[in-house]
Amino acid sequence: MPKVKIDNFEIEVPDGTTILNAARQIGGDIVPPAMCYYSTLQGSGGKCRTCLVKVTKGSEKDPRPMPKLVASCQQTVMDGMEVANITSEEVLNARKGVVEFLLINHPLDCPICDQAGECHLQDLAFEHGAEQTRYEFERRTFEKIDIGPYIKLHMTRCILCYRCVYTANQLTDNRVHGIINRGDHAEISTFIEKAIDNDFSGNVIDVCPVGALTDRTFRFKSRVWFLNPMNAHRDCPTCSGKAVVWMYGNEIFRVTARKDKYDEVHDFICNTCRFEKKALSDWTVEGPRDIDRHSVISQNHYEGQTQTVR
Amino acid sequence: MQALTNRSKNVVDKKMTFMERIYLPAILSGMWITLKHFFRKKNALNYPEEKRPFAPVYRGWHVLKRDAKGRENCTACGLCAVACPAEAITMEAAERRKGEEHLYREEKYAAVYEINMLRCIFCGLCEEACPKEAIFLTDRIVPSDYVRQNFIFGKDMLVEGIDPANRIDVTVRQKHIQEHKTGSGQ
Repeated sequence: MPKVKIDNFEIEVPDGTTILNAARQIGGDIVPPAMCYYSTLQGSGGKCRTCLVKVTKGSEKDPRPMPKLVASCQQTVMDGMEVANITSEEVLNARKGVVEFLLINHPLDCPICDQAGECHLQDLAFEHGAEQTRYEFERRTFEKIDIGPYIKLHMTRCILCYRCVYTANQLTDNRVHGIINRGDHAEISTFIEKAIDNDFSGNVIDVCPVGALTDRTFRFKSRVWFLNPMNAHRDCPTCSGKAVVWMYGNEIFRVTARKDKYDEVHDFICNTCRFEKKALSDWTVEGPRDIDRHSVISQNHYEGQTQTVR
Repeated sequence: MQALTNRSKNVVDKKMTFMERIYLPAILSGMWITLKHFFRKKNALNYPEEKRPFAPVYRGWHVLKRDAKGRENCTACGLCAVACPAEAITMEAAERRKGEEHLYREEKYAAVYEINMLRCIFCGLCEEACPKEAIFLTDRIVPSDYVRQNFIFGKDMLVEGIDPANRIDVTVRQKHIQEHKTGSGQ
């Protein structure tokens, strides 16, 4: 079991663990942010470069530092490796640059976007980005596309993390969702805008870190911070049936899968649960979800453990 | 007994002098003060006809602005409602349809926008939160009414008119907010 030191925290992890996952086992501030890596999707990661870290000592046998910053979601640990993430000025500067690059073509239409409030790019830009853009040219724009009756693709907002493509590849049986063209022209497409009618296609909405893929049944209905996310479950023949219902009063506005603290879904839910079961009678509500105190979703909510006054 | 403060006065029931007993000098000196005030500058205004200039910090009846082309600025992003400490603002969004481009600036707009004027504390956090420069607190005084229901102002009471005559000028307030923002930012 190799021992690795990340920002002076030492941890022993199994062979083949990536730096990112080792950092996640330590937890806290030193976990590098990730826009494209998704633990439950095989092969994801290595695209967005937000998880760049500096390896100050390669390993016990070869203590030379790595010449360039490495993507921590791809680089596996070696025994005696020393990694600097938030302790390295170089990493923080590089991350700031990466955020600027990601925002070059991303429209600043957060007031309109349904993802606002739970958007990773928003959080990333807030925590690591510069306050103002230096970009002066026209941003790339696309027409909005309806992928089937439930999903809206707004390519303009896409950061090409490929998560949805992996989801379509791994969760659905025949791939009808992919990326066409190259480089700056690359575009998420279903090939001739064909509707995806697989039962699990709705999960591309949950894995999308930005507002490129959004729920058409929830489009402009409300803002996430006005809703109460509740854990709920139902007997579903196709999926686990464990989901989060976003409620306003007694009305269910939308249904999403349950995300862990890195906003990753482990139990993917089916389209029936996500799009068609919007009546309170369909679900057994377990109780309110724990929301991070710093999240805008926790605004005006009582959350966490409440204690009785003695 | 010792007095606690030096403000207490002893009441003396002394006999009035002749001049005090005839009262005329006191009346005349009172009349003189009244007469002086006839020629002083008047403090009161005939309010609805005449209006005093308001300070730029004055925060009254809200307005939802339109842009130069007459399109509504508000996109129903909900930031004003989440910033509102009194939870006075509620809204419902809708998608702009084809042919409505001259009415709404963005593809989403507020179909319903309500401010409960009884809840509102006129703190101005909504205009500070607004990313689209859509809501401003103006120097107009909220009219009084007998029915509570009438204080829930919908879009008919908040959105300014399209024609230039019905526009509501907020340039002074806008400049004040800008100065306030840059001042506090440094």
